Amino acid sequence: MSTLNQASLRGVSAGRKVKDRIVQVLVYVAFLLAVIPLLSVLWTVVSKGAKRFDPDFFTHSLNGIGANDAGGGAYHAIIGTVEQVALASVIAIPIGVLTAVYLVEYGRDSRLAKLVSFFVDVMTGLPSIVAGLFILAFWLLLLGFSYSGFAGAMALSILMMPTVVRAAEEMLKLVPNDLREASYALGVPRWRTICFVILPTAFTGIITGIMLAIARVMGETAPLLLTVFVTSAINNNPFQGPQMALPLFIFDQAQRPNDVAINRAWAAALTLIVIIMLLNLVARVIARLRKPVSR
Amino acid sequence: MAKRIEISGLNAYYGKTRAIEDISMTIEPRSVTAFIGPSGCGKSTLLRTLNRMHEVIPGARVEGKVMLDDLNLYGSDVDPVAVRRAVGMVFQRPNPFPTMSIFDNVAAGLKLNGVRGRNRLGEIVEKSLRGANLWNEVKDRLNRPGAGLSGGQQQRLCIARAIAVEPQVLLMDEPCSALDPISTLAVEDLIASLKDQYTIVIVTHNMQQAARVSDRTGFFNLAGQGQPGRLVEIDDTNKIFTNPGEKATEDYITGRFG
Repeated sequence: MSTLNQASLRGVSAGRKVKDRIVQVLVYVAFLLAVIPLLSVLWTVVSKGAKRFDPDFFTHSLNGIGANDAGGGAYHAIIGTVEQVALASVIAIPIGVLTAVYLVEYGRDSRLAKLVSFFVDVMTGLPSIVAGLFILAFWLLLLGFSYSGFAGAMALSILMMPTVVRAAEEMLKLVPNDLREASYALGVPRWRTICFVILPTAFTGIITGIMLAIARVMGETAPLLLTVFVTSAINNNPFQGPQMALPLFIFDQAQRPNDVAINRAWAAALTLIVIIMLLNLVARVIARLRKPVSR
Repeated sequence: MAKRIEISGLNAYYGKTRAIEDISMTIEPRSVTAFIGPSGCGKSTLLRTLNRMHEVIPGARVEGKVMLDDLNLYGSDVDPVAVRRAVGMVFQRPNPFPTMSIFDNVAAGLKLNGVRGRNRLGEIVEKSLRGANLWNEVKDRLNRPGAGLSGGQQQRLCIARAIAVEPQVLLMDEPCSALDPISTLAVEDLIASLKDQYTIVIVTHNMQQAARVSDRTGFFNLAGQGQPGRLVEIDDTNKIFTNPGEKATEDYITGRFG
């Protein structure tokens, strides 16, 4: 200790101070650059969407509204989006989570697990229009079913699945092996260990991943364009007849050359963002209630 | 309830590597048997073969015979899950279930094995927590998370969880190595009080601990780096620490190596 030069402990050299400043400035600039587009999008959508963000918009469809008429709403599109995304979730979440359970708990490094993992990666990169084309070719043309919300939900579930698998897989891998061993050592069979120890421990993370997947497919337009068709009437039955969805509504209204339609498109965009934010909020509340306590 | 364990000609492998070689020994019921020896000599591996936890690791396998009274644990018709119910285990690092309360942690083994009824569970939980000397510290906060306890309390919680399913044998893999001296003392007292009912096997790196808590001590060693571990000798703890039969044991105990 006596050889330690006292002066060297005092003060930070000028060079380091400068570097510290430069890096600090760079980090803040990068943060601002990332936030500017986000805030600008939010501001544009809120300011333009607010014009038609009224009770009428949420209680009426566009049925009987002429090309240049004001009024009307997106009720049919909201119903469509909620039903299609709910159906897609019902299909994709169980398959996705169970695939992740297989990959982490059963497959480990087996050949089948590697193959599954490879195809999940391929599916992650699948362009969304291809999912729509697949359902169009398989469900509508080959099997002869007609346009419906359910066909759209199937296309969306194809896009959701890989995201759910990857998110759940990462979370399951984070569950410490100690807990599996603790459970096995109590004489608990593997499937009960998975249901009552491993999945609850990974629950928070899996929910977050699922929310991301839902938010992603909720904004998808292309696959729905090919599978649910477009309608201006309310159709509460997702299994029969063409439906509408919010992204389709936006796409449809935004290309019309008059202000009332464009204002409806903005209001629909705002609605979509609000729905996704509400879902995220709910997920966060659930996650907080179930959060495992760590010291 | 406590049972005798007879190990004969036991070999355990990780993939192609043999971790322990040709182990034979008898572990007496209602007594504490300690395994000591340098790191990597296969003490923990041997312990894990006694409740078929060894084979949980991918590629791991076991040859030989382990008799629990007159049942061969490695018989072809034996269910490893049932073996683990009869032979409980406490691990080196306390590992309470993070999503469960103190109560649920202790009740986990019972619930997951289908015991129902809050009253019945409550009785067993209290009995197990008393058995683990933890009841007085946690009785007012049974619904708080188990992971919120101190390290020593967590380890006693894990012991309570292990004895709640009323196993016939209790295996402890260095249960005190992550604990401070006071918590260690609490766990050692607990071991002493549990040996009336259970057959206890404890792996420890702390020779004073082996001398304090055990009735019999087995010394393990390995011939060299990469060689499988072997049992050098097993005898009454008193004899091992005062007048061991083998030179290697004496060298290890007196600190000349290891």
